Amino acid sequence: MAKRIGRVMAQVAMVMNLDKCIGCHTCSVTCKQAWTNRSGMEYVWFNNVETRPGQGYPRRYEDQERWEGGWRRTAAGRLKPRAGGRLKKLATIFANPKMPSIQDYYEPWTYDYEHLVSAPLGDDIPGARPRSLLTGEPVKIEWSANWDDDLAGGEQLGSQDPIVQRIGDKVRFEYEQAFMFYLPRICEHCLNPSCVASCPSGAMYKRAEDGIVLVDQDKCRGWRMCVTGCPYKKVYFNHKTGKAEKCTLCYPRVEVGMPTVCSETCVGRLRYLGVVLYDVERVGKAAAVKDEQDLYEAQLDVFLDPDDREVQAAAARDGIPDRWIESAKRSPVHLLAKKFRVALPLHPEYRTMPMVWYIPPLSPVVDALSETGHDGEDAGNLFAAIDTLRIPVEYLAELFTAGDPEPVTAVLAKLAAMRAHMRRVNLGEERDESIAASVGMTGEDVERMYRLLALAKYDERYVIPTAYGVDEADRGVIDEIGCSLDFEGGPGMGGMGGQVPFGEASGRPRPASVETFHALRDRQTSDANSGPPRRLNLLNWDGKGRPPGLFPERDQEDSPARDQKSSPARDQKTSPERDQEDSPERDRRHGPEADGKGGPGRDGENGPGRHRRTGDEEGT
Amino acid sequence: MSPTALDYLLWGALPYVVIAVLVGGTIWRYRYDRFGWTTRSSQLYESRLLRIASPVFHFGLLVVIIGHVVGLLIPEGWTDAVGITNDMYHVTALSLGAIAGVTTLGGITLLIWRRRTTGPVFSATTVNDKVMYAVLVAAILAGLATTLLSAVAGLTGGHEADYRETVSPWFRSVFVLQPDVAAMSAASGAFKLHTLVGLALFALFPFTRLVHAFSAPVWYLFRPYVVYRSRDREPTPVSRPIRRGWS
Repeated sequence: MAKRIGRVMAQVAMVMNLDKCIGCHTCSVTCKQAWTNRSGMEYVWFNNVETRPGQGYPRRYEDQERWEGGWRRTAAGRLKPRAGGRLKKLATIFANPKMPSIQDYYEPWTYDYEHLVSAPLGDDIPGARPRSLLTGEPVKIEWSANWDDDLAGGEQLGSQDPIVQRIGDKVRFEYEQAFMFYLPRICEHCLNPSCVASCPSGAMYKRAEDGIVLVDQDKCRGWRMCVTGCPYKKVYFNHKTGKAEKCTLCYPRVEVGMPTVCSETCVGRLRYLGVVLYDVERVGKAAAVKDEQDLYEAQLDVFLDPDDREVQAAAARDGIPDRWIESAKRSPVHLLAKKFRVALPLHPEYRTMPMVWYIPPLSPVVDALSETGHDGEDAGNLFAAIDTLRIPVEYLAELFTAGDPEPVTAVLAKLAAMRAHMRRVNLGEERDESIAASVGMTGEDVERMYRLLALAKYDERYVIPTAYGVDEADRGVIDEIGCSLDFEGGPGMGGMGGQVPFGEASGRPRPASVETFHALRDRQTSDANSGPPRRLNLLNWDGKGRPPGLFPERDQEDSPARDQKSSPARDQKTSPERDQEDSPERDRRHGPEADGKGGPGRDGENGPGRHRRTGDEEGT
Repeated sequence: MSPTALDYLLWGALPYVVIAVLVGGTIWRYRYDRFGWTTRSSQLYESRLLRIASPVFHFGLLVVIIGHVVGLLIPEGWTDAVGITNDMYHVTALSLGAIAGVTTLGGITLLIWRRRTTGPVFSATTVNDKVMYAVLVAAILAGLATTLLSAVAGLTGGHEADYRETVSPWFRSVFVLQPDVAAMSAASGAFKLHTLVGLALFALFPFTRLVHAFSAPVWYLFRPYVVYRSRDREPTPVSRPIRRGWS
């Protein structure tokens, strides 16, 4: 190692393999459900999936001429937030001149469902009209988070993509020549975060231990400069609380070694999480290199090799625990970004040193080649085809390398080489080391990369050490800080929060138990109370079903299973029969019985009602 | 004219009540509602009008505040000593004050009009906001009235309503715990009204969105751009005892 190693820091970083993204938006939806399903955050998508070419979210966020996000290199070679330095920020604090309005995102809405049931009787079926969640007034829905999904809107919307405008006629929107791919985006958790730099209150910070960029909700004063500062527009303003919020990289999960929600739920298994060690003292210089196209290499130079003994020693010196160094050695992110060099940063030209990297998509090249009569998986043919791919290399270069096609072509060649190499392996042919060598790899590396990219085992995709910096955590144990129900005599301690003489909480405590499969199904398919026996609260009874103890006992053969469960004495006596009756045939009967038709005089065991329903279920 | 009991109540006791509420309320708010301590900006909803009105209002207000500080804290004797005549002082103060006051009033008028007419902004306006706006506008109007009356008095040659001999000595005396009730009770009605509305505004201050003024981020100028922070060694200390959320 020629270079002196400065202060070592660790960063939990992500790589996404765009070749495998099918644009299903599962990541966005699960993220939304977990984090932003709240008032004031309706328009907020910590994770969103954009179709490229497309305008992205918010609209045309990549147009930094307009939004002035990220950093600018001054003539003196120093970095300054593009929207202005400290004095300008304070001078414009009363109205941020570069802040996107809600129309640049979209006006969130709901539907007037109430109208469906409250509309007066008439000839027409009532409809649910859209209403703004901001004003409550009826709105005309004209835009949303994914309005141009899957190239919807074609050239009319796609031509507004800032990158399309830059590279001109390289991008075609005629159906036969069109291309698209998906770009899932979260916060980049940059090494040189311009949002943090823009925050006048100092409420935003980069966590020293794992590099996650967070907003201190108690310190944020709502000056909104971070929204402008972030060139990826991944800091959002909660319009109810008046505070900034952003993707937290699911830090409560990551701290205990679990992948983020978006990663965990990704059906394409295209996300990778791992630790990257870097030299924080090199960041400023690397982010300020003169030529934008050198930023990718400069950022790679900031990363440290966890297998290097000197790096390990320096990391230990700077308080990074051994298990983090061990984790960094197995990090898929380090492997894909630094060792194999197949992952690229998103828009390095913003000079923020983003830490969510992407493996660019190799278009459906094999089929295209096969159609022309060539061997679609032959290495030579594949390499030759890369320059004429349907997804123009120029477009990918604008996204990932500030317009330099070289690194993109190199990545695509590696992906093509992987296909050619693995075909020989799969066909039982002799391994051809020259294929791997032609892209600067070894056969062993290619097979390792194949395992990581194609097989994508859970344990290899997510290599996340548990948090350090807390004493317990450093011993490898994370104790839950505590459950709010675990107070003396509380539900978490087996109590009910003290004896209450009246109301819902009165009476015997309900035994806590793990819900069984049958109990769950019973509860979900019946209209009446189910589960363990308890006292019926008549005030809560909706008149449906046959709650235990309310009606006289009926014939055992005819009564639902839950009635039997309600009488422990009989339960024991008849348990062999019950086992039989838990057969599928028996269970199907819950449907009609729980339908509210289950009063006295309903169809008998072999009545038509039951047969009809059974038939329905089999038919569907 | 000697001060009445009401004068003692208003100018002798009330200021201390207001100071107690302002200081105590701010401490209370900071301890218990740091999360609610924000500008509650509505720029996301509407930017076009705000970009004109908000700076006009705020910068106007800054000049007004500086004017108040100068007018209230600097004794007449000091300006006399450096050779500023009473007329010079008043012409400057009144003209600057009138310009700043009218600017501020114009700004807030536009802001309130925007708030009323822009749907989402109006929906996000709380009762608290409305009360605050009423008091704030009243304070500005009363203040402008004193400025105009002083200007008229100045033009007609009368100087009885000079606040530098009534309001200012009283204001300073409040802080040395010897309120000069007699001085204040000699002030004109307009000044008394303005002072009372001002006191009301200070009393409301900690309980409204006005608190954002206390967090003017001046130290931003002196800190490095990127902030690093370590994980808390222990879970964030809670400022009040943990209790069940539902009781």
